[in-house]
Amino acid sequence: MIELLTSSLRLSAPLIFAAMGGLLCERAGVATICLEGVLLISAFTAASVDLLTLNPIASVVAGMFAGSIFMGLHAFLTQKAKTDHIISGVAINILAAGLPPLLSQAWFGSSTNTPSVPTAARLSAAWMIAISLVLPLGIHYLIYRTRFGLRIRSAGDGPEALQTAGVSVEKVRTLALLLGGALTSLGGSYLSIGHSSQFLRDMTAGGGFIALAAVIFGKWRPIPVLFASLFFGFTEALPMILQGISWKGISIPVQWIQTLPYLLTIGILVTTIGSARPPRAIGSNQN
Amino acid sequence: MPKLSWFLYFLALFLNQSVFPQTRQPLKIGLVLDRGGKDDKSFNASAFTGATRAKNELNIHLKVLECSSDSAFVPTIRTFAQHGYDLIIGIGFVQKSAIEAVAKQFPRISFLLIDAPSSLPNVRSVIFQEHEGSYLVGTIAALSSKTKTVGFIGGMDIPLIRRFELGYRTGATAISTQVKTFTHYVGASSEAWRDPSRAKELAMLQFSKGVDVVFCAAGSSCLGVFDAAEEKKKYAIGVDSNQNWVKPGTILTSMVKGVDQAVYESISLKLNGLFSGGTVHMGLKENAISFSIDENNRKILTPEIERQALKIREQILSGTLIVPDFYNLHKSTSTSK
Repeated sequence: MIELLTSSLRLSAPLIFAAMGGLLCERAGVATICLEGVLLISAFTAASVDLLTLNPIASVVAGMFAGSIFMGLHAFLTQKAKTDHIISGVAINILAAGLPPLLSQAWFGSSTNTPSVPTAARLSAAWMIAISLVLPLGIHYLIYRTRFGLRIRSAGDGPEALQTAGVSVEKVRTLALLLGGALTSLGGSYLSIGHSSQFLRDMTAGGGFIALAAVIFGKWRPIPVLFASLFFGFTEALPMILQGISWKGISIPVQWIQTLPYLLTIGILVTTIGSARPPRAIGSNQN
Repeated sequence: MPKLSWFLYFLALFLNQSVFPQTRQPLKIGLVLDRGGKDDKSFNASAFTGATRAKNELNIHLKVLECSSDSAFVPTIRTFAQHGYDLIIGIGFVQKSAIEAVAKQFPRISFLLIDAPSSLPNVRSVIFQEHEGSYLVGTIAALSSKTKTVGFIGGMDIPLIRRFELGYRTGATAISTQVKTFTHYVGASSEAWRDPSRAKELAMLQFSKGVDVVFCAAGSSCLGVFDAAEEKKKYAIGVDSNQNWVKPGTILTSMVKGVDQAVYESISLKLNGLFSGGTVHMGLKENAISFSIDENNRKILTPEIERQALKIREQILSGTLIVPDFYNLHKSTSTSK
């Protein structure tokens, strides 16, 4: 039971970080399908910098920086160049999937993974999990209690009003994206140097998309999104615990157990979520 | 514009034939790796090593391709065939249907398929006796375990991996009936070969149940298992390549599968015109299955355990000890994969 709980928390942490980053961007009215790419690039950057400096804190900062650059690229493409948000996001995902293997081959002579970071230079997973659980409160405060939060919300729900008030929608959205990128990157760094000890190609295994689903599941509100992320982490952990348990000599086939998370997700989505109303101006470009 | 490119194409052909005549065309070998990629430090890495050795020693032309998804196998293999490659090597059971589809279309080209049987005349398939090696590392695990509890983590739940598991479990319980074994699989799709964080969670779970030696047969996912073992100061057993060096002091031994040997041998057979189709079994006898001992695990694998394992190896070789083979237990399932 304890094992199920800790395992869920360990698997939820990257989802929470990515979901909080995604939530900020989406609330500002930018569709962020590129969370996956930001996770990947920050995971790779953190692992590489950690190998060089052996300093986990510096590596996390470097990872956040890299994530922000990629989200900055998304901001540039969508806000300045007025590209479609989904197309820009897909492009960033492809770039972030391809770049690490190339650089890894050039720097470390191995395209699929970086060398392993020594134990002493790892990020404390426990601390990161603690941060991931507190962070949603901070995001809640930021969005509902600060002026910047108000601007983010109106950039997503009523950009015209923001414009009328003389605030640049592009600027608010760009800031939200940069901050969102940095938050998402905490998840990436956790994956490569907190939970594992190295970067592996495609190690996020779709985590960015699951985080996006958590944002929608939690109806774009920080605290429900936290619980949605925890739920997805739990559905990842549950099949592991159930495997190999047999009752009176009968055990459930592994394949059945592994479809369980998907069935659970569909079941919960259908029964509890109701209508999910996205920020009104999401995906729109202000001209 | 098309005319110009055709002209250039023929010009290039002409120049190629007349201006730079080649005395002897080197044998063209195409290697198609499984999704783990050449740096998985395991299964594919072994195939890549064998092919690279052939390239350096036998003067062949080698091209290596990695497929990013399962649906890319057929086009990749067909491209090799269309470009007149002499021998195309498919690594891993997932390529069986792709290799067979292309092999039917190009009956004059030779194919090598690792880990899955095939009855086509131009396909040579190599099957390793994984159960024998797994039995050996199973005994090593049980002898090294202080808690008398050992674990197995497989990639996908497929007959090939079940064969590892059955051999391992039988080997472990042969040491003492008191030995408990736990088995987990990473996933149900080919993502399972490259999901280290999930594999790590499974290892953590097994350690919490008292497991102190875990055998991992899950491609790159094993790197997560090794991580967990290092953190919790437990032992792990590597697979396919000699992985002892990946985490010295944590990896007790590796069950080495001579994929490199099979690849190298087939290339050299092809070179000498001796290549033939059919299924070849490679095991302890051919030294294609073994457990590794080097300076990285010398300190943790005691000579006493090594001596016992070697004794069991002799028994298997002489036929006095027969290791149960999952393929024989479930004939119908193994041939359908």
